[in-house]
Amino acid sequence: MSDSMPNRPAGDVMNTECRVDGPFWGALKRELLLSYRRKSDLVNPLIFFLMVATLFPLGVSPDPAFLADVAPGVVWVAALLATLLSMDSLFRSDFEDGTLEQILLSPQPLYLVVLAKVLAHWMLTGLPLTLLAPLLGVMLFLPSDGMWGLMLSLLLGTPTLSLVGAIGAALTVGLRKGGVLISLLVLPLYIPVLIFGSAAVQGAVTGLPLGGYLALLGAMLSFGLVMAPLAIGAALRISVSG
Amino acid sequence: MNFESFAEFIDMGGHGLYVWLSYGIALAVMVINVVNPLMHKRQIFSEQARRLRREKQKS
Amino acid sequence: MAENKWLPRWFYQLASPRWCYDITGKLLPIFVILTLLTLVTGTVWALAFAPADYQQGNSFRIIYIHVPASILAQSCYMLMALAGAIGLIWKMKVADMVAKSCAPIGASLAILSLVTGAIWGKPTWGSWWVWDARLTSMLILLFLYLGVIALNSAIESERTAAQSTAVLALVGLVNIPIIKYSVDWWNTLHQPATFTLTERPAMPAEMWVPLLVMVIGFYCFFAVVMMLRLRNEIIQRERRSRWVRTLITG
Repeated sequence: MSDSMPNRPAGDVMNTECRVDGPFWGALKRELLLSYRRKSDLVNPLIFFLMVATLFPLGVSPDPAFLADVAPGVVWVAALLATLLSMDSLFRSDFEDGTLEQILLSPQPLYLVVLAKVLAHWMLTGLPLTLLAPLLGVMLFLPSDGMWGLMLSLLLGTPTLSLVGAIGAALTVGLRKGGVLISLLVLPLYIPVLIFGSAAVQGAVTGLPLGGYLALLGAMLSFGLVMAPLAIGAALRISVSG
Repeated sequence: MNFESFAEFIDMGGHGLYVWLSYGIALAVMVINVVNPLMHKRQIFSEQARRLRREKQKS
Repeated sequence: MAENKWLPRWFYQLASPRWCYDITGKLLPIFVILTLLTLVTGTVWALAFAPADYQQGNSFRIIYIHVPASILAQSCYMLMALAGAIGLIWKMKVADMVAKSCAPIGASLAILSLVTGAIWGKPTWGSWWVWDARLTSMLILLFLYLGVIALNSAIESERTAAQSTAVLALVGLVNIPIIKYSVDWWNTLHQPATFTLTERPAMPAEMWVPLLVMVIGFYCFFAVVMMLRLRNEIIQRERRSRWVRTLITG
């Protein structure tokens, strides 16, 4: 492959068809279109999210006071696991049909393409999870004061989860059994987001000011936005060439 | 010397179990860390020696 | 090899597996002696001569294992990430081998730190495990090590495994301060005013001098184990080269 001329990247084709400028928007459009065609992949993480939250009252206790106490943590852990679950497929199909190799060979900046892929992943998992979270909050008797904190913290936290998870996905894309390995690699790195995310919800429930937590989540997100695509790109190059 | 007798040294003021357990585990971890590469080295050497002998027989 | 203004000569010599094998062979006995000297002195000093803590009594002596193991577990991660970075940037085979050798040693030291922390916690806090910030951070460090080991063993090609692990180790290194900060913060939120293991009024010299000896001893021990593993790695990967053949047959 490497000795042939740089092929026309898939993103470029999309550009001309959809008349959106730049590799970023092209890749984003392509991702969204592809996942729109495979709708079941869209719904699965959401169902998983709902199911995990259902297991807690069944497994621990249906007592409203107790559930209200643990709700922030449970919703956040469920969101984290749901994101992780969908992570494995992020680069896999592209790797298997050779698109990934073409992306790496293309003259488009890898940084932007990777960022677009992660953004698409977030729009298809993190964003729906955030929108679904109030339902879980009601099921777990989260006080209504906490809803805004829950939504805002998820809105700021889930993109970071997608960014960090994509590093794990990129590292394991060449492996046949990537699924469990990703969780092993990525879960320790999710801990700060989990801590500040659930603390923000707890703060909202008890009426404490949220600004600090949200600022920290935002700081992690902006740091991740700058750094993670570099790591993802490097990991993809290693995985594909190896 | 901080202790009057040997028995007192073993007892560690009632915390003997904890102290000696920690030092024992530390010793075990260190021994494993040393023995493991040594065994591995022996295995590599015998494996490679066998491979070289096989190659010599072929040629 | 072209001379470079910025990097000293030995840096390039390090890149040669054979040179590395020879030099570690010479250094190894020195470090073995140093390790034995410092560890034996340190242990006897710590167990028999250091004064008992006025609050915790003799269970305080666990500090002489716990603290060096924790420090070394952290330094080992730094070394692993640094070696990984050197391997990525300069494509240095020996750096990859160093990084690979670091992971199991670091993981075992993290386990040692956690176990001794738990054992120390029993007489001090009354329970084997407390969600203390330091213990939790160490547990997460152990998870990071386990992730690195799992990734390394999952990838068959040595070169790809080394590079992937290096990227993961670097990502982990960037994250360690964030994790540490968040865990500290989480801990103060959930457990105000707990007695922490190592934050105490300034230690008298009779206490910290043996601790220093033990820390140095652990570092020397790490150097010994590291060299043993590195030499194995070198032989394993250079098994086709002539000097290794003569080494094995001769």
